[in-house]
Amino acid sequence: MNEFIQHTINGLSLGSIYALVALGYTMVFGVLQLINFAHGDIFMIGSFAGLYFLRFLSPSQPSVGVALLVVLVAMLCSGLLGMTIEKLGYRPMRKAPRINILITAIGISLFLEYGGQLLFGASPQFFPPIMEKTQFHFFGDITLDSNQVIIFFIACGLMAILQFLVFKTQFGRAMRAISHSLETASLIGINVNKIIRITFFIGSALAGAAGVLYGLAYPKIDPLMGLLPGLKAFVAAVLGGIGNITGAVIGAFILGLSETYVAGYISSTYRDALAFVILILVLLIKPAGILGTKKIEKV
Amino acid sequence: MFGFMKKNVGKTLLVLSVGVLFSCFDSKKSDTIVIGNYGSMTGSEATFGLSTRDGILLAMEQLNAQGGINGKKVELKVYDNQGKPEEARLSVEKLINVDNVVAILGEVASTRSLAAAPVAQQYKVPMISPSSTNPEVTKKGDYIFRVCFIDPFQGSVMAKFAFNSLKLKKAVILRDSKSDYSVGLADYFIKTFTTELTGSIVADEKYQSGDVDFKAQLTSIKGKDFDFIFLPGYYTEVGLLARQARELGITKPILGGDGWDSPTLFEVGGDALNNTYISNHFSPDDPRPEVVAYVKTYKERFGVVPDGLSSAGYDAANVLFAAMKKAPSLKGEDLRNAIADTKNFPGVTGLLSLNENRDAVKSAVILKIENGKFNYLETVNP
Repeated sequence: MNEFIQHTINGLSLGSIYALVALGYTMVFGVLQLINFAHGDIFMIGSFAGLYFLRFLSPSQPSVGVALLVVLVAMLCSGLLGMTIEKLGYRPMRKAPRINILITAIGISLFLEYGGQLLFGASPQFFPPIMEKTQFHFFGDITLDSNQVIIFFIACGLMAILQFLVFKTQFGRAMRAISHSLETASLIGINVNKIIRITFFIGSALAGAAGVLYGLAYPKIDPLMGLLPGLKAFVAAVLGGIGNITGAVIGAFILGLSETYVAGYISSTYRDALAFVILILVLLIKPAGILGTKKIEKV
Repeated sequence: MFGFMKKNVGKTLLVLSVGVLFSCFDSKKSDTIVIGNYGSMTGSEATFGLSTRDGILLAMEQLNAQGGINGKKVELKVYDNQGKPEEARLSVEKLINVDNVVAILGEVASTRSLAAAPVAQQYKVPMISPSSTNPEVTKKGDYIFRVCFIDPFQGSVMAKFAFNSLKLKKAVILRDSKSDYSVGLADYFIKTFTTELTGSIVADEKYQSGDVDFKAQLTSIKGKDFDFIFLPGYYTEVGLLARQARELGITKPILGGDGWDSPTLFEVGGDALNNTYISNHFSPDDPRPEVVAYVKTYKERFGVVPDGLSSAGYDAANVLFAAMKKAPSLKGEDLRNAIADTKNFPGVTGLLSLNENRDAVKSAVILKIENGKFNYLETVNP
């Protein structure tokens, strides 16, 4: 039983990081019907931005305040990067066939990955410890690492802010309107370009935060690190219903937990394969995802 | 095509004659001997490739300063295989076919040596691995050598150390399923620990190089009754694993092998590495005069204390140079025979003799990690 609880704690920690990345996927898909393949690499850039800023700061003592600052700076950098990519890569393609923009996304992804290798070097780099690590022990055997707690709470905090933004503000309403119908939204006077730009900023900023949190949890980062977590976050978004924000979070936690259970109880060799098995199952059984709704096209 | 040539006779002649002119410049300079080194200069095992190369460079510079091989200087061609076996193969093909090397030094990781060895064997170019310890490497052919011990020996060294010296009887194995080295060393450890000694294996878990999250495997292990973890992996994953093990509250000792040997290990693992032990090829604290001199020269040249990889590279290069000096010619077969004849060579990693399997018979050292340093404990002779 203790082992199960420990696995659950680990899974929730992993899931919260996936959730932040999945939110970006789902938001962009919601407004643009685009799967932003470069999103995983924005996560990577956020991680490196955090690392370099941390090195620049070189704080004498680790503290939670430093961690939050690094997260904020990384969010800013990746948010700006996301906006730039939208402006240069996706906006010109707004009226083009869908496949063009998809291929552009893949191209941008590759550019970020190998550009990153040139810029940061191809060898892995390591996050120095930012916070004092303490272990909390429960019922003797279960250990909660302070890192895990902080990561979980920062992730949940960001998700709560996003929830507020999307459902309780004017901007959020505009975003949801665009995701229903871009044409109608622009017809009623919403500045579509501005809203999409801000959506990208927010989605990318969340990915950047995830990048730093990932670096805190698993200190090794390298330019190709965004590939697998990006794909898994995408699966999580699909699982929850792509385009649905709450769904993305649910999907991510389900994925994080099941991945940890499979790795713990069966074999860690299957942990990556699980995400793709889930993807195939979702697409076969309920393609709209858990919370997704089938869109009926009236012809 | 011929129409083009007819219409532009002058231009065609110019292009053809320039081509002929360039082919006259033979890339082989006949007054230097070219040898090759392939290794992982980037990637998760970057320090392996870089260290080995530096050890080889030092040996080569010392040799050239003393006049080289019978008056001819030696030149080193280095390729980065980025830690990928396919690239290792390609690097060796390039060294042989493009750079026309007479011998090859490399690789550190057994998986990459195994990928490249068949190429060296096929072209009959002697290849000396400085620190690949999986026994399969030299079985690829009689042109493949190594100047280090092999894993059946290394596994038994750690098994006996754990059982007899540390009195630990129950082991958990955590192996890297993507690395031939890790899988092999784990198996040999288990063999000695359970059949020759009366130890028991409580769990046998796997991870893959490139993984960053090991909490699942560690959580499964945590609940079991064990005395230590045997972790025969490479330094990047070892560092992360040690950290996460300590984060989960696992304070038992962790034992490992020469794959841990890297300054980056401490960068990643930090204090989590206290209470760990490894077997290795070399210790810079070795009091032998030739080692003391070598450590001093290495430090002056590169600014850091040499590790096991650079020392193995240094020895591999010197074994090669000694063979080159006594071989009747540098042709494949003559050079190969001269290398095979290496007996009682005074290397910095120990006294080495190559046996009939072209493996080195030499001793291992056991090191304890404390406060970010490898501390010498004892030497184990074969």
